[in-house]
Amino acid sequence: MACFTATLVEAVAVTIAKTVVKKKEKERETALMQSGKTIEEKTAAPRIKLSEKLSWLNMMLWGGSVLLLFEHVWHGEVVPWFPFLTAASSPESTQTMLHEIMTVGVGMTVLVTAVWAVMVLAADLIAGRSEEPSEEVTA
Amino acid sequence: MTLLLTVFAAVITTAVWYFKAHDKKLMVGRLCLMYWGASLMWTVDAVAEYMELKEEFFTPAAADMLNDAFLGAAVVALGLVIWLAMLLIKDPKHVLRNTFIRN
Repeated sequence: MACFTATLVEAVAVTIAKTVVKKKEKERETALMQSGKTIEEKTAAPRIKLSEKLSWLNMMLWGGSVLLLFEHVWHGEVVPWFPFLTAASSPESTQTMLHEIMTVGVGMTVLVTAVWAVMVLAADLIAGRSEEPSEEVTA
Repeated sequence: MTLLLTVFAAVITTAVWYFKAHDKKLMVGRLCLMYWGASLMWTVDAVAEYMELKEEFFTPAAADMLNDAFLGAAVVALGLVIWLAMLLIKDPKHVLRNTFIRN
């Protein structure tokens, strides 16, 4: 009915968060450059930036939402005229639609965010492992 | 069928991303994330549908399956079109820019 709206809302929130984080990262980098710190101090920052990680979640949410929106248009559940959602035409169907958003829609956002969290953990682990000094193999 | 086709698209693009990881300009990673995002969302949708229909979920009518397959193919095509549009707008290899500036 309109389950994609839940993921769409999260996508907007993540986009805003990503923009703010990116701006702060740029400011920090500029401050670091101006303070003339050493290379070691500069590279002490995490290998994968938070803005980069947020962009993964952003892409999953926006991409998924757009493709789901297309599916809803295909099934005639989203129309180009007001109120845009056919389920919003009567109070009974609106109730059903809201229930679906609260169950299926929220479930979608939780699953996508959980998978993203696992991705971030795995990426940090891999990045951390590659930073460790490799043991010298003696013959 | 829509879920299945999207998962296949996600797996294939992930394999392409893995083998072409050095060429970030292709932006295949974005296409992967887009398909995986949609696949995860449809998985939740499928679980909800299964809870409602039980065994019937696995025995859809032929006409419904055909419509879903058609929709799945359209979804994959739309994903590719969005990716192509992003690629052309960003123009990471400056192909468009060079073409239009020279002519």
